Amino acid sequence: MNILLYLIPIALTLGLIGLLAFLWTLKNNQYEDLEGASERILIEEEKEKNDKD
Amino acid sequence: MEQTQISNNKTNFNKVEINKLFSPFVKIYPKNNNSIIFKVKNIHCASCIHLIEKSLYTLENVFFVRVNMSTEKLEIKWVGEKKLADKFAKIVSGLGYPISLYDVDNLDNNFEENKKILIRSIAVSGFAAANLMLISVGLWSSSVETMGFATRELFQWISSLIALPAIIYSGRPFFYSALKVLLKKNTNMDVPISLAVILTSLISFFETVNSGEHIYFDSAIMLLFFLLIGRYLDVLAKGKAKKSAKELLSALGGTATVIKDEKQVIVPIKDIRAGDIITISIGEKIPADGIILNGSTEIDLSLISGETLPKKANINDYVFAGTINISAPIQIEVSKSTENNLLTNIVKLMEKAEISKSKYTRIADKAAKLYTPIVHLAGLFTFIGWWIFADLAWQPSLLIAVTVLIITCPCALGLAVPVVQVLANNSLMKKGIYLKSGDALEKLSKVKYVILDKTGTLTVGKPSLIGSYSEEDLQIAASLAHYSKHPFSRSICDQFNGKLLNLENVKEIIGCGMEGYFKGKLLKLGKKNWSCHSQKDENEIFSEIWLTVENEKNICFSFKDQLRKDTKVVIDEIKKLGITPIILSGDQNEVVKRIAAHLGINDYYSEFSIEMKSEFIRKLKLQNKEILMVGDGLNDAPSLAEADVSISPSTAMDITQNTADIVFQGEKLFPIIGCIKVAKKSVLLIKQNFLMAIIYNIFAIPLAIIGLVTPLIAAIAMSSSSLFVIGNSFRLNLKRKKL
Repeated sequence: MNILLYLIPIALTLGLIGLLAFLWTLKNNQYEDLEGASERILIEEEKEKNDKD
Repeated sequence: MEQTQISNNKTNFNKVEINKLFSPFVKIYPKNNNSIIFKVKNIHCASCIHLIEKSLYTLENVFFVRVNMSTEKLEIKWVGEKKLADKFAKIVSGLGYPISLYDVDNLDNNFEENKKILIRSIAVSGFAAANLMLISVGLWSSSVETMGFATRELFQWISSLIALPAIIYSGRPFFYSALKVLLKKNTNMDVPISLAVILTSLISFFETVNSGEHIYFDSAIMLLFFLLIGRYLDVLAKGKAKKSAKELLSALGGTATVIKDEKQVIVPIKDIRAGDIITISIGEKIPADGIILNGSTEIDLSLISGETLPKKANINDYVFAGTINISAPIQIEVSKSTENNLLTNIVKLMEKAEISKSKYTRIADKAAKLYTPIVHLAGLFTFIGWWIFADLAWQPSLLIAVTVLIITCPCALGLAVPVVQVLANNSLMKKGIYLKSGDALEKLSKVKYVILDKTGTLTVGKPSLIGSYSEEDLQIAASLAHYSKHPFSRSICDQFNGKLLNLENVKEIIGCGMEGYFKGKLLKLGKKNWSCHSQKDENEIFSEIWLTVENEKNICFSFKDQLRKDTKVVIDEIKKLGITPIILSGDQNEVVKRIAAHLGINDYYSEFSIEMKSEFIRKLKLQNKEILMVGDGLNDAPSLAEADVSISPSTAMDITQNTADIVFQGEKLFPIIGCIKVAKKSVLLIKQNFLMAIIYNIFAIPLAIIGLVTPLIAAIAMSSSSLFVIGNSFRLNLKRKKL
């Protein structure tokens, strides 16, 4: 049963990383424009680069 | 007729006119960095985003451009002059996207903050629930003999470690709300929920510390997780429509051209004072109530009265804020400052009605009022009974008392309403019906009167061309009409899809119509006595305009505000449901009478003003019958707020949509029937859910009081009752598919 002492903390840490990652994306307003994000993928990459210059 | 003023920028009529200056609203940051946020309409696809962003990026000083498609916001940051903001606006509107100011100060930050707290709470409780389940399976499926004392101890401590902070964090929305009503000496559903969650956590922690056998953190956190999702969806639905109205008000908050010391000065609308003199160009929104000093024009009153035909306005006539000047530039003297004008007054009238309306008690809260004292007294008596009369030690007595509280299952009660509401919301939304509050469903199910506005509700709300015309005539008319903003002209343009003729010398003659030349021939489109020099009066039943081709022909185009296609069917259906339809209209008696007769409605009232409409509803409410108001104009907004529940089409003014409880899309009126039916069904299901919870409690409470309920039975009973409630609620969608 000693394996539990490793496995439970590992499982919890992984879950916690997921949770923190989600809270981070939330804080960075990554869910502000869901429609836009799905359309932006259609914009050609080359032009996108020009835009950033 | 009056002055024949000719506007010079005719060719730009189809484009969006920019007569607002944005530079006073630029935010300035250190190092000469500026930023502004616009509201941009009509962004549909990737190329729209790309077009706007690219054309702004090419400008030298700009270093950040971002279009937000979901919120229709455009944020621009640049270095240098403030004035560039106006240039940006011109570029974007030149591309064909209507642009206005996005006034951040006006927006409800509270709502955004609220939403974020709920999402964070959902995330945290979701994480905790998933991990607790993992451990709980082990705890519930084995015993000390198989897993050993130390392992159980470890599992319990880890559970407490995960659960306690998660419950404290994500339970806050419920705890705060419960505390708030308790301080007001009232109660709502959040009180038993909070109490159950807190008691369950405390007793579980107590068990953990004392190496007890069972802990119930999993039930507590799962309950929170599901309830939070329900609450989030509720907030989302309420907030969306609220936001659109806030944005409308912010769009009104632009600038106006004020004449001071014979100079034109640009002033933000909110700084306009009574006595100021303002110049208003064609197509501009009138920024304040006032009297015309100079010029004569036509005013589009549709914002205020819902009336589609423009009204003539001459010197000394009153004009109102929010209406649009359509045919000639005018100067007005402001009679009331912005805080006092008609528009603001309508909003105030609405707010007043909203406050009186919020006194409505929802079914869930009614249930809570009944439930909370009974259950808590039962708990108290159980404790006293075991401790004093049965001579049990106080700890086990308390344990039994808490079991009573937990097993009475606030879970099923708490879920009874939100689950149905979420499902009803979803099924309505698929049909283009937007439900803004859960109360709406409850109230809608009891409706006894439907009050209908005429223009824009029973009818489509804009003049449409009736009769048939040859392709050639339509082409000539449309070629002239597309230079004009008059509703008749727009209607003709809508009707014609072909290629327009290339006309020369097109002019708008104010108060008369449009004229132009094609291959040397004079073409006229407008009033009868002007275009064909006839002295005869105009037809009274239909509105009409005449097209004259010099020495060739005179053609009459007739217009009528037509009924929506399914109006009659819907009215018949409403009657079948045992609801009385009533028409309240601001229009002339003759017109309303004809429509009422056609639809078979006996109760109709015409020539009603804004105040009369809401007064009528207030009086009707004294009969204690639920009233549904359906309307679209700003003049309906106070009545919408006054009625128990209200519906408005999505073609209505934003502010009217904000007031209405339900907004529907599309050309048809049928969603009204759809809403009422879904509402009746939902309320039936909610009542069934409560009934199930009550029956369950009748069996469970006595068992718990005499101490027969083991922790395992309690856990199973709790989750199964919740599952029953959820399962029953899903019948809403099953039945709807058969309809």
